[in-house]
Amino acid sequence: MTTAVVVFPGTNCEHDVVSAISSLGGNARLVWHRETDLDGYDSVILPGGFAHGDALRTGAIARFSPIMEPVARFARAGKPVVGICNGFQILCEAGLLPGALIANRDLSFICRYVDVEVTDTGTVLTNNAEPGQRLRIPLNSYEGNWVSPEGEGRVVVRYVDDPNGSTDRAAAVANSAGNVVGIMPHPERATDRLLGSTDGNVFLRSFLSSLVPA
Amino acid sequence: MKVRVEVTRRPEIADPQGTTIKRALHDLGHTHVNEVRVNSVFHLEIDGADPDGVRSKVEEMCRQLLANPVLEDFDIELLQ
Repeated sequence: MTTAVVVFPGTNCEHDVVSAISSLGGNARLVWHRETDLDGYDSVILPGGFAHGDALRTGAIARFSPIMEPVARFARAGKPVVGICNGFQILCEAGLLPGALIANRDLSFICRYVDVEVTDTGTVLTNNAEPGQRLRIPLNSYEGNWVSPEGEGRVVVRYVDDPNGSTDRAAAVANSAGNVVGIMPHPERATDRLLGSTDGNVFLRSFLSSLVPA
Repeated sequence: MKVRVEVTRRPEIADPQGTTIKRALHDLGHTHVNEVRVNSVFHLEIDGADPDGVRSKVEEMCRQLLANPVLEDFDIELLQ
């Protein structure tokens, strides 16, 4: 079982994700965004960064990359698809998650640890968490303010405080099936005590335990 | 043909940039400013002379890429 970690021009968290997955005993490999299939993979992570320099809107151009066709097929087939930070933005632009991410309420780039609370454990990113479990992971974004004009979306992780104006204090949002999840803070950056927290492992272990042999 | 496209965030969606600019204008003494909204304007030059054809092509571009249907509306103006 191998996780595809997709690399767009401007992605910059791909190695952190591969390293974090590997340190938990999982297999992850980088996949360039021009690839047209995901044969041999059973799950996908879209990591953080600035795909295509955030031109136009975050994720607006990345959603048209060839790899997004098989990513959408994975999403529809119920396979685990997770977007972290910029990956979350891409999943929203692609219509695989509801809503959109706009600039933080105070127009500040937020780069600090935040406390979050798991409110829904029925997803591929939260199934190993306890309901209501509080975790500390780093937030690192400017467009982290999730809006959902139609009121759609399953908020599965909430900020304890409200750092950026996100609707319902959403830090992570899932599709109705729970196999597609976007999370704004970075679990992969909280996976070693040297990094200040290992709480991100709760999310990544959930992800790995959601992988079932094909 | 030259085409001007304006993409506007729908009124019910927050515009943090507009809010910040309004605050700055107030700080400069322009306290009569009630609202600021920041829109995007695209200037396109497109092959083709048939206005209906060009307009429908640009509409397609707006729906596909230039506007995010979750947040934004668009207005197309054919200039010449």
